[in-house]
Amino acid sequence: MSATLERGLNAFRNFLNAPAASFFASCVHCGLCAEACLFYTESRDPRLAPIHKLEPMRRLWEREFTLLGRIQAMLGLKPEVTDDELEQWSELVFDTCTLCGRCSLVCPVGNDLVYLIRRMREGMAASGHAPADLLGATRRNLEKGSAMGVTLDTLMAQIRHQEEELGVEIPLDREGVDYMVLLSSMEIVQFPEYIGAVARIFKQAGVTWTISTQAFEATNGGIQIGVPDIARRIVMRTVEVAERLKVGTVICPECGHGFRALRWEGEDLIGRKYGFKVQHILEVLDELRAQGRLPLDNLRDDRPLTYHDPCQIVRRGGVIEQPRNLLKMVASDFREMADHGVMNWCCGGGGGVSTLERAEPWRVMAFKRKKEQIEHLGVHTLVTACANCRMVIEEDLDKYAMDIEVVGLTELVANHLRETTSKESQE
Amino acid sequence: MNTIASDLLIWARGSGFHAALALFLVGILWRLVEIYTLNHPRRCLATPLKDGPSEGFKTVFRRFLPPPGMFMRAPVTYLGGWVFHAGFFIVLFFFAPHIEIFRALFGIRWPALSNPLIELFTVAALIAMLLVLVSRITDPVKRFLSTFMDYFGWVLTFLPLLTGWLAWHELLLPYTWSLALHVLTADLLLALLPFTRLLHGVTAFPSRWYTGVWFGRKGVQS
Repeated sequence: MSATLERGLNAFRNFLNAPAASFFASCVHCGLCAEACLFYTESRDPRLAPIHKLEPMRRLWEREFTLLGRIQAMLGLKPEVTDDELEQWSELVFDTCTLCGRCSLVCPVGNDLVYLIRRMREGMAASGHAPADLLGATRRNLEKGSAMGVTLDTLMAQIRHQEEELGVEIPLDREGVDYMVLLSSMEIVQFPEYIGAVARIFKQAGVTWTISTQAFEATNGGIQIGVPDIARRIVMRTVEVAERLKVGTVICPECGHGFRALRWEGEDLIGRKYGFKVQHILEVLDELRAQGRLPLDNLRDDRPLTYHDPCQIVRRGGVIEQPRNLLKMVASDFREMADHGVMNWCCGGGGGVSTLERAEPWRVMAFKRKKEQIEHLGVHTLVTACANCRMVIEEDLDKYAMDIEVVGLTELVANHLRETTSKESQE
Repeated sequence: MNTIASDLLIWARGSGFHAALALFLVGILWRLVEIYTLNHPRRCLATPLKDGPSEGFKTVFRRFLPPPGMFMRAPVTYLGGWVFHAGFFIVLFFFAPHIEIFRALFGIRWPALSNPLIELFTVAALIAMLLVLVSRITDPVKRFLSTFMDYFGWVLTFLPLLTGWLAWHELLLPYTWSLALHVLTADLLLALLPFTRLLHGVTAFPSRWYTGVWFGRKGVQS
């Protein structure tokens, strides 16, 4: 057995805990997890059933953690997990799973499958079976501070551009402010209007805020690839800066797993509570709305539009009603998809799938689900709140030649602010 | 012939049943220790949006029903599942002769359902079990996932229902024989339950609870 394989199997052994054993013992192979997974529903490939993605780890549990399994292993009835097998599973665990968690919500015996698939990824990463593309993104995340290799210079250029275009100030490295805003690389590079939108809204709402030049990236490659140590170091970078600047709240951007990493897992990763609060931008905007601090123009958007729930924000993050409150405020013809909220369907590119070049055919195929949902509603505008979803949806809409405009929710809200701020500030 | 059947029946009701019950109890205890003495995840430090344990408790019950949009994706799995689980447990706990067994064991009794109703639930459960079996064989994903243990669990559950129904109607076999086979297959089900997929009848509840707590803390009903 190779040293790397042993490392991977040890990662499984170290993880296998009571909930995991309970989940494995409970599965009756009813196939419902497959019916909840867009990679299965769109391909009908039985290998993609979420529970099957865990087979090597399940067999290791049975072989080493159950009496009957140990006897069967001794009799040669339960083969060991091999390198070849894990290599085959790489496609199942990384390319055709976006960690969307829909299967976990559906399993009748209550198995949290995505919880297990994440641990499966950890073992795969430890045994050298993580895809090179993801490894590269994670390395850039750690070394350069950004998964896409975005440098501070790029950020500064985008900030200056937004300041000039909108006439608003974007405060940097301010101490003692209400909010510290994180960004995702994709927003900096492809959707910098998000930064401007936040600046306009916060100016209007009268809150103090800042962006840190030391820790501006919300993306956490360590979470996606399954390397807890890297995930911890990336979280720690944000924590150190936020605590030094004594900010009240750190705001996660329109980025799905970045939110989950910092809001739900970061404190466990670093082993202590933060000295600040973590909120998603939609939570903050909805609070400002509820406090009456988002004065809007009277021109509600009358285009028929729908909302795509980013999985990590809604199902795995708990931000469910806030986007709906905001949309109802700014749009007069908001239409829900048939499966929405916590039962939404993923765009097909989450969990690092969009980073994998080799996974593109899978991703485009899985998008058929979203395509059908959009077509069913007959809308031409889709609002979302995750830069990765937005990029994936835009690319795949293009592939299917669909004429749909994709808009970020923060930007949509900003576009409906009553524009009195610049005049007032000049006066 | 009849003597063999009578002897078998007496054994299955006596020593056989007690051995099965002992194996069931020891087996369940062993499996529960094997599973739940493994590590438990550390307490989650993130500030919860809702109380995890109470959400976990709700999930234990919520998972009996399909989430929105799921029923139509797998109607046979859901309907078949409900009917055969409900039928099986109703017949097990509300058929007058079964209640006598519980009375002998625990000293408590409760009202029985009328025989025509028991008949209805038995036949419904048998048909539902056949349907889920056909679905397991014909549905590509279920067939792919299924192993010997899945079919074995099905046979273990189906046989006591079938033999009980045959005995009641004195079909195929003389009454003593079908009753002996009924009790024997019930013993087998009891004895092997802890070591088969049927263990989900116990572990599914803590599994639902774990997931319910984790989702619940994030404010998500699961």
